[in-house]
Amino acid sequence: MAKLNINGKTRDVQAEPDTPLLWVIREQVGLTGTKFGCGIAQCGACSVHINGEVQRSCSIPLSSVKPTDKIVTIEGLSPNASHPVQKAWLALDVPQCGYCQSGQIMAAAALLAKKPKPTDDDIDAAMTNICRCGTYQRIRAAVHVAAGQGNASAPAAPAQTRQG
Amino acid sequence: MTNMIRKEAARISRRTFVVSSAAGGLALGLRVPFDAALAQGGETEVNAWVVIKPDDTTVIRIARAEMGQGTLTGLCQLVAEELECDWKKVTTDPITPGRNLARKRVWGEMGTGGSRGIRISQDYVRRGGAAARIMLLQAAADHWKVPAAELAVKDGVITHAASKRSIRYGQVAAAAAKVPPPDPKSITLKDPKTWTIAGQPLKRLDTEPKLDGSKMYAIDVKLPGMLNAAVKQCPVYGGKLKSVDESKIASRPGVKKVVRIKDNAVAVVADTFYRAKSALAELPIEWDFGPNGSASDASIAAHLKDGITAEGSNGGWGYGDAAKAIGDAAVQIEAVYATPFLAHATMEPMNCTARVSADKAEAWVATQNAEASLAALSEASGLPLEKCEVYRPDLGGGFGRRGGTQDFVHLAVEVAKQFPGVPVKMIWTREEDLAHDFYRPISQCKLTGGIDQDGKLVGLKIRLSGQSINAYLAPTIAVGGPKERQLQGWYEAPGDSQFGYDVQNLKIEYAMRNTHVPVGPWRGVNTNQNAVYLECFIDEAARAADKDPLEFRRGMMAKFPKHLAVLNAAAEKAGWGKPLPAGVHRGIAQFMGYGSYSAAVAEVSVGPEGRLKVHRLVLALNCGHAVNPGQIEAQVQGSVAFGLTAALYGECPVKDGRMTDLNFDRYQIMRLAEMPQVETVILPTYDFWGGVGEPTICVTTPAVLNAIHAATGKPVRSLPLKNVKLV
Repeated sequence: MAKLNINGKTRDVQAEPDTPLLWVIREQVGLTGTKFGCGIAQCGACSVHINGEVQRSCSIPLSSVKPTDKIVTIEGLSPNASHPVQKAWLALDVPQCGYCQSGQIMAAAALLAKKPKPTDDDIDAAMTNICRCGTYQRIRAAVHVAAGQGNASAPAAPAQTRQG
Repeated sequence: MTNMIRKEAARISRRTFVVSSAAGGLALGLRVPFDAALAQGGETEVNAWVVIKPDDTTVIRIARAEMGQGTLTGLCQLVAEELECDWKKVTTDPITPGRNLARKRVWGEMGTGGSRGIRISQDYVRRGGAAARIMLLQAAADHWKVPAAELAVKDGVITHAASKRSIRYGQVAAAAAKVPPPDPKSITLKDPKTWTIAGQPLKRLDTEPKLDGSKMYAIDVKLPGMLNAAVKQCPVYGGKLKSVDESKIASRPGVKKVVRIKDNAVAVVADTFYRAKSALAELPIEWDFGPNGSASDASIAAHLKDGITAEGSNGGWGYGDAAKAIGDAAVQIEAVYATPFLAHATMEPMNCTARVSADKAEAWVATQNAEASLAALSEASGLPLEKCEVYRPDLGGGFGRRGGTQDFVHLAVEVAKQFPGVPVKMIWTREEDLAHDFYRPISQCKLTGGIDQDGKLVGLKIRLSGQSINAYLAPTIAVGGPKERQLQGWYEAPGDSQFGYDVQNLKIEYAMRNTHVPVGPWRGVNTNQNAVYLECFIDEAARAADKDPLEFRRGMMAKFPKHLAVLNAAAEKAGWGKPLPAGVHRGIAQFMGYGSYSAAVAEVSVGPEGRLKVHRLVLALNCGHAVNPGQIEAQVQGSVAFGLTAALYGECPVKDGRMTDLNFDRYQIMRLAEMPQVETVILPTYDFWGGVGEPTICVTTPAVLNAIHAATGKPVRSLPLKNVKLV
């Protein structure tokens, strides 16, 4: 039996010590917003915050997590999806399939906590999660919007010429 | 696998767009007063596509799969446009294949691929929305005893100007359901120029649950008593399972059973997936790899090269005498290109949850073709279709992997059959996903051209050697005919994927060279490779003719005005011919696929050590009708990322008969830092309906490769770029 602090609640979990935190969160705790993508900390779909740092939970064994470590998953990022990153994601219609977006949002939120006004280079360095649908351009724009540096009201409408 | 469905469908006399009230189970026999309908609090099916609740909530039924491409929102816009409902009150209901079958396929086909989601269903869904509107207006007219022609409707509120009365859809829905439906053929659909909901860059309807972790994908399904399975198939395609020693893992925590699946796979079932996966990793398995165990990149490349040099072909077409024209030309050029196998690598790994008992089989699965899933479930469970049902959460990516090939359903059902009545969720690891895909086919292509004294291309010969998807997946479809999809984008016929140049003398040949590797459609299918071959060669020809690549193309496109229009639009938006910053170079390409016309201009720089930077891509697309320009822009951006990932990194090397690159450390996917600025020009001509999800992928790579050629003076003829020394 291990104790984990997830989204402000203490949870008792029963799993082998080598079980990755990802699977504890998904299978023992039952929070499925944190996704499995690769299992080797490459894609970032499993990103969570541990004591404010973004971490890839697929590669963190349960045994290395202390009961006092504060784990935040996508479900606990904010009440009612009110975090500026979530609001910017909604305003710019960022997700396509959406599967990687929990991890993208957690990575962006951690970036903004450290650098409230990130540059494009900061975003390049921090946002290394894989999105197979290719939402990267809108992710970049939405991070700027969440930082108060962009225009959230501009619709993502391209130039359009009507003929005939 | 879909044969059963097709047979079932054949029994149906003809598809109807609108279900009568009786067939919809709504023949209540009594005329319900409007206020009573409100008081009921129930919902009313006006017709198969439209359900309206007393509070005006409008539920639009969706048959196509949503996998990120935005089809769900686009289809709703088309229905809502004709229905004239309040867009803010639109919600959706994903119908299941069991419901579709039970109602004689009133919702039509459910398969979602080939960029067909909107272009194939647009007519009947719009007629469904329009029919519902006509019925709702008639119900109000009957109530007020005025002619329906005197009524107007906007945002779901019907008004009668003369008597200054109004009533809401939610109030008349129950009565409308009993109005005889109009003949769909009698309905005049709106002129797209008058659209107010369709044609607009509206926000997607499905974003919010993707922001807080609440969206349930198939991999997230939780059912009472559910077990979990991890699976391993023989790493070599065609190999067999020899033996497993389950005693070695019997004492591991949570393990329930080791299941041998057919003769080539094994699964471990446990209480949790992680325990199943860990136990499977420890399970001693012996395989018989069979004759394919020695296949390698080298043996496959040699097989394809034979297709380039051998006599004879499996199909093709042409005009004039290409060999003579090239032989007589002032300048002859020749180049051989090659592209590798590619995996889909959807972010949500393959998975399927199945529950099978003596008289019912159910599956929860991310599928691009829920009817094919239903057929697979029936086949694998041995239960008739009517005792099967498939629940289809939205997909965490599809890209062609989750369509016709329902291997994941077959595997999951085989495992679940060992636990009657117990749901079993099978999840593939990423390693299993990349080892057992239906890969984008490998191919090589030799192009030969002749250029005359005036610098015109007067003869072109294309000889393509590669694996056939049809031969692997659909052998009943003619293989090697002029429409063999290996020649996609080079067809003679207009309308879908037409070759867009007049080269005076043309010969196109396809030499089918199949391998043991399973192949299937991969977002963009063969347009991706064929656009690279043709468009890079056209640039090489322009160079040999000492012509500007844009002008050189324009000179051959007078007969192809729609191809030409997007080429011109991309060039204009990109500022073709205008000065660029030092070290930045442009490349251009155009191609047709999925009924749409695409062109791209890329701006790249190549550093002194060969480091490539793609700065900007301008894409022009004529998809006929633009249902949601915001989503089209998103699809174009995504297509660039998909195409660039393949160009920069994509390859699936084969060694000892199996794939070697089994996770994202080796099978690399482009990250945000490498994403260029993408600018999209949409030029809908409103005289046809084309696809959106795929057509712009194919022009991305040749535009980039042509820009690299401009930067370095050297052509790139094989992919991915990570293996190419640029300087």
